[in-house]
Formats: sequence, structure tokens, C-alpha cells
Amino acid sequence: MSEKLYSVSVEVNGVRRTGQVTARTSLVDWLREDQRLTGTHIGCEHGICGACSVMLDGDPVRSCLMYAVQADGHKVTTVEGLANPDGSLSVLQDSFCEAHGLQCGYCTPGMLIAAQALLNQNRQPSEEQIRDAIGGNLCRCTGYQQIVDAVQLAAKRLAGAR
Amino acid sequence: MKSPPFEYVRARSVDEACELLSSHGEGAKLIAGGQSLVPMLAFRLLRPSWLIDVNEIAALKFVDPQPDTVRIGAGTRQCVLAKNDVIARRLPLMRQALAWVGHVQTRNRGTVGGSLVHADPSAELPLAALVLGARMKLRGKTSGQRMVAADQFFSGPMMTAIRPDECLDEIHWPVWQDARIGSAFLEVSRRHGDFAIVGAAAQVAVDESGRCTRVAFGIGGAGPAPLAFPKLAGRLVGTGLEADAVQSAVHDAAAELEPGTDTHATAAYRRHLARVLAARVLRSAYETARGRA
Repeated sequence: MSEKLYSVSVEVNGVRRTGQVTARTSLVDWLREDQRLTGTHIGCEHGICGACSVMLDGDPVRSCLMYAVQADGHKVTTVEGLANPDGSLSVLQDSFCEAHGLQCGYCTPGMLIAAQALLNQNRQPSEEQIRDAIGGNLCRCTGYQQIVDAVQLAAKRLAGAR
Repeated sequence: MKSPPFEYVRARSVDEACELLSSHGEGAKLIAGGQSLVPMLAFRLLRPSWLIDVNEIAALKFVDPQPDTVRIGAGTRQCVLAKNDVIARRLPLMRQALAWVGHVQTRNRGTVGGSLVHADPSAELPLAALVLGARMKLRGKTSGQRMVAADQFFSGPMMTAIRPDECLDEIHWPVWQDARIGSAFLEVSRRHGDFAIVGAAAQVAVDESGRCTRVAFGIGGAGPAPLAFPKLAGRLVGTGLEADAVQSAVHDAAAELEPGTDTHATAAYRRHLARVLAARVLRSAYETARGRA
């Protein structure tokens, strides 16, 4: 017996993307498998690690904890949507390189989404606010300090650019 | 870690959600924020035949301050409540509880009603609801509308008084009118945002001389459901929450608990935490009420 398919239409990184999904297809599986946007990583698949974080209508959420069919009619931003229009790295992404905010890179897309969502709402976050914002994202390499440094560096650069 | 197959439908109103629950039978489940339900499906702890999505029901999302209560729509997201001025001013205990709920990403999806009906024994919002005496407005196609008080609502781990065909519509949170009130919420978990090993919540009102006129406190994570202690709290009315009185109350409270042992903590440690945290939240709430915190 084949599973029933549902139509979805989601604005992903400013582009309308449509498809047919089973109800149980998670948003992250749809993004990676059907839309080939493999920047978003799958870690634990049960809402613990934060690697699959994307923005839903501007707010960071775990894309393994919602079904693609639930995103129908909404806007999603993935890590691919953070870079500048010419493909060069955003200030935050470049700051992660500069401050060694990653080693293996597995958590990075989720960290970038969480940190960008913070910077979108708070231009000058304190260290505590940064740690709170990335508190739902696990990193097994950096010990988090360089990630905090990277977000602080990005905030400083963004403030200087204005 | 993939969910088992199910069919999906978006409900456009609470009536429609109730209708769908009724017509699809016991295999149907409502999905709100999904922050607990989706992992349960991923682990195959649940195999619903239908998921009825209530996320798009605008009528379930509101904060409506009344003279002595705040009505909150069950579908209101935790992140919205955490930033809401009415909640901060009139339900400080709820705001304090929300600071311990999950992480940014889960609060952006998780709803107040979802947390209450999920009824994890260590969850913060059920404990706050119990301590404040919140009342749940339930709706079902056959049972109609009924109100259930928090102390009748939570019956065990992930178990509530809600019937299979019912939907939690809104929650009425009592607001204390006393001039001087204070509240506090504390928990111990391995990392902030993890499930609490034990949590405690308290709210007190004091008169001009510093005597308690009302006291409420409760403990979560140390038994099959959160527990409040109205009789023990009543004993503290008229006191200035002196150390002896507090120690006696929290000792008796801990004796009523039925904590379990698991990989995170032993029953004895949970009981110990319950005593320590309950004493701390009572003290902290009192200091706030007296304007000294």
C-alpha cells in the first residue's frame, strides 16, 4: 500500500518550492532529500542536538520536529539562505572561520541559524545572551568558546559596518 | 528515527478539530507544537493513524487579561508568553517557569496547551498551573464544554483527565490580587534546558508586617505527576516564613512524594532536591513579596 501524498508549497530562502510529500516526511528530510538543500544537517532526529535548526517565518526551530506538510504556506530560511546574494560568506559565517568557530562542521549550520536569529533581534548580545541562544545546539569539538567568540566578532563587525 | 505512517489534516477551528477527533476515533491525535509528540513518533512510542494539526487555528492563540484571571489560548506559543507584558506583570510565576522550558528553538514551536496535555511529570508549565490553580477549558464533540481544575487534571506520567475526543481550548490562570506578592521557580537539571530532575515553584502574598497571607507551592519531577501542597502551604499562612516553619513544611512535603530512580538520579537524591528547592523557592518568593529581592 502506498502512502498518501500531500502537496506542499514553501518559500525557501526567498524561492517558492513545491512538492509532494508523505505526512511523516520531516521538514529536514524534505529540504535535504527532495530539495537537495543539504546544508541543513540531521543529527539526532529527535530534537536534542539542534543541528537541523532552520528559521520558520524568521524564528529558529528544529526542522526534525516538524513535518514538511506543516510548513506548507510558510517561509523557511536554511543555512544556504544566510550567504550574501553573490555567494560570498555573510559576516557571521566569515566570523566563524575567523574565530575558529567550528572544527568538524557538523553543528555549524544549526549554530549559524541560531546565532543569526539572535543577531537579527539583538545587535549587541551579551555573552550570556549568546550562550542562551545557542543553548539548544550541541557541539562536540569547540567547547563552545570559539563559537561565542565568533558571534561576538560578528556583532562587532556588524556594528562597525553601520 | 523516522515517524511511522499517518494521515494528516489541518483543523481550521476548535470545532473542526473536535469533529475530526470524533470521526477518526481513538487512533487520532492532535498535534500542536509537536516538540514532545514528534520525538515520541520518531521513537515509535506512538503510532497515531491521524494527526490533526491545530497550529493554524488563530482562535487558539491569545492572551486575554480579565480582572482576576488571565485567559490564555491553548495554542499560544511559549516564546510569545515569555515576552508578553501581561504575563510578566500578572503571572510572574509563569514567566519564571518559562525561562526553564527547553530552548529557543523548542519554545518557538511549543505551546502552553501542548505542554499541559502532554503532562510530562518534570515539565515546568504543569507545575506552575498546579501551584496557581489554573483551570482548563476542554471541548469535545460529545462531552461539550467543561472546566477542569489543575489538581483534577494531572493524573500520572503523560496522563490527564482529557478524553480522547477532547481538545484543550483555553486555560484560565488565576491572578492574585494581593498588594505584595512574590513568586519563584527553580529546578536542577544536568544542563539548562534539559528535563528537570526536580523542579519547585512557589508564590506567596504578605501583609505590611511581613506575615504571609497566602502561600502556594509545589514540586515536579519527583513522582508520577507534579504535586502541590495546599494543606502544608496553609500551615505557613500567618508566619514570616521563618526557617523552622519552612523546614517543617518542606520535610512533610517531601514525605508525600513518590520519586523514582533512573539513570539521572536516585529517589533519595530527588527527595533531597525537593526539600532544598522547595525551601529556596518559598524563601525567594517571600523576599520578593517583601520587596527585598
